[in-house]
Amino acid sequence: MTVTHDVPARSEVASAAPERAPARRNRQLAAWAFLAPIVVYLFAFYAYPLYRNLDLSLRNYTVRSFVRGDAPFSGLANYTKVFHDPTFGPALLHTVVFTGVSLVFQFSIGMALAVFFAQSFRLSATLRALFLVPWLLPLIVSASTWSWLLNSDSGVVNAALHAAGVEPVNWLTSPQWALTSVIIANIWIGIPFNLVVLYSGLRAVPAEIYEAAALDGATGWATFRRITFPLLRPVSAITLLLGLVYTLKVFDIIWIMTKGGPTDASTTFATWSYRLSFGNLLPAFGPGAAVGNLLIIMALIFGLLYIRIQRRQQP
Amino acid sequence: MIRPLKTAIGVLLTAVMLFPVYWMINVSFTRDTDMRASPPHLFPVHGTLEGYRAVLDQQLPYLGTSLIVGLGTVLLTVALSAPAGYSLAKLRPRGGGVLSFVLLIAQMIPGIIMAMGFYATYLKLGVLNSTAGLILADSTIAVPFGVLIFTAFMSGIPGELLAAAVVDGAGPLRTFWSVVLPVSRNAVVTVSLFAFLWAWSDFVFATTLDGGGAHQPITLGIYHYIGNNNQQWNAIMATAVIASIPATLLLIVAQRYVAAGVTAGAVKD
Repeated sequence: MTVTHDVPARSEVASAAPERAPARRNRQLAAWAFLAPIVVYLFAFYAYPLYRNLDLSLRNYTVRSFVRGDAPFSGLANYTKVFHDPTFGPALLHTVVFTGVSLVFQFSIGMALAVFFAQSFRLSATLRALFLVPWLLPLIVSASTWSWLLNSDSGVVNAALHAAGVEPVNWLTSPQWALTSVIIANIWIGIPFNLVVLYSGLRAVPAEIYEAAALDGATGWATFRRITFPLLRPVSAITLLLGLVYTLKVFDIIWIMTKGGPTDASTTFATWSYRLSFGNLLPAFGPGAAVGNLLIIMALIFGLLYIRIQRRQQP
Repeated sequence: MIRPLKTAIGVLLTAVMLFPVYWMINVSFTRDTDMRASPPHLFPVHGTLEGYRAVLDQQLPYLGTSLIVGLGTVLLTVALSAPAGYSLAKLRPRGGGVLSFVLLIAQMIPGIIMAMGFYATYLKLGVLNSTAGLILADSTIAVPFGVLIFTAFMSGIPGELLAAAVVDGAGPLRTFWSVVLPVSRNAVVTVSLFAFLWAWSDFVFATTLDGGGAHQPITLGIYHYIGNNNQQWNAIMATAVIASIPATLLLIVAQRYVAAGVTAGAVKD
């Protein structure tokens, strides 16, 4: 869908063929005139901030030199500093665990729900629309709601556990549970996206295939494993990769619920980078930008993989 | 499985999924004295509006700022991405493929990194804590998505329609304004809805670029609330309920556009 403009419609080819060179030049001029605003915009508001970020990570900034802009060039010193920081190991581990666990649950729950809602029954469309609500809510709303749900003393989750005879859990304030808590909230937010994308993938599977399988005696789980899942593989790959890119950069939920704490227990690269640059009284812009750039590299690796797979699927 | 049973299961699953949303509404009506009740009240039996009264007293300016930021972002996003989409879809610019690729990549850059770069630039230019600065930053969330949607949609406009406009003597600008844009209404709606929602929901840019401003958006209003008065959860949740209104309206008014927006970019047509 993304590169459709490369393939001109038939009628356009016909009309373009007899064009003379000046006409073609005019056309190119018009085409780029329409693109000019966005090109300027991309340079000013994407390329330049990214360049500034790279520059920040390669210089030794203090608050004063940040304002005056005369910080000395320090090469990769910020990166070395970040690699040897005691937070680096935990932050990397938490980023991987947060992303991996979130994806596994979002995807499998989303898939199960998509298969369920693909059946026809009354209210199916309405209920499916309601499932979108968590995805549409502002993250601050979801995060603060989950903070209260998981509150140690007055949260409804602990009340339910108590009713079931389980000891209360310090969800957000104990190091063992903080990461789990933010993962739970993130899974809840991500399920709708997986549901909707996988559902539209399911709808694209021709009904005849299921009919043929039913004639051959396949039922329930066998149909899913042997037919639905293999046919959904391309859509699944894309859903997972896109989910990966989006989950790597999750910042709001973790910051609002735990601020990455207690003591780094739920710190990921995203929250660490923010805390270095903005979370302390003495900002460390250089190291903060360095962590941010590491995050960009991770996102880009999977992002490029996603684009590759998506292009291969174009007819 | 018989159909009514499926509906029942569907309702049950939806109820479980939406329980946190229900709880937010429930808490927003709960009295301060009942807030720490054990076990918590499942319904706001002694419902109160004190939370909402607090919102009206304290949060209206935040809501106003968010509204302005949201509308500004919509205008900027559509103004930038609709012409670009038209060009990429219909005018076959040389190098257009590269531009589409750059836009796809741009979508994947984490917001906090953009925020850091913006912060450094804004500080120098002296536009930190300004509404216009926030609109510019928020638009970066929606512009690549906007171009994607417009390109996809405008590719589907029949070439004959545009050829007819040219025969009538319309130049590219006139064709775009009087033919392409009117038939692309659905794409304009989709892009506007998402641009508004994302700007309204933005927390990252707000907290980095507008944290000390006189006009702050509602996401920061809630954030300060959580930080300041840890006890008044009915007020916090009431603000959260009000901050959720745009999302809810969106779902009710424009459900099909929402589903289209979610799947765009992930699944080919």
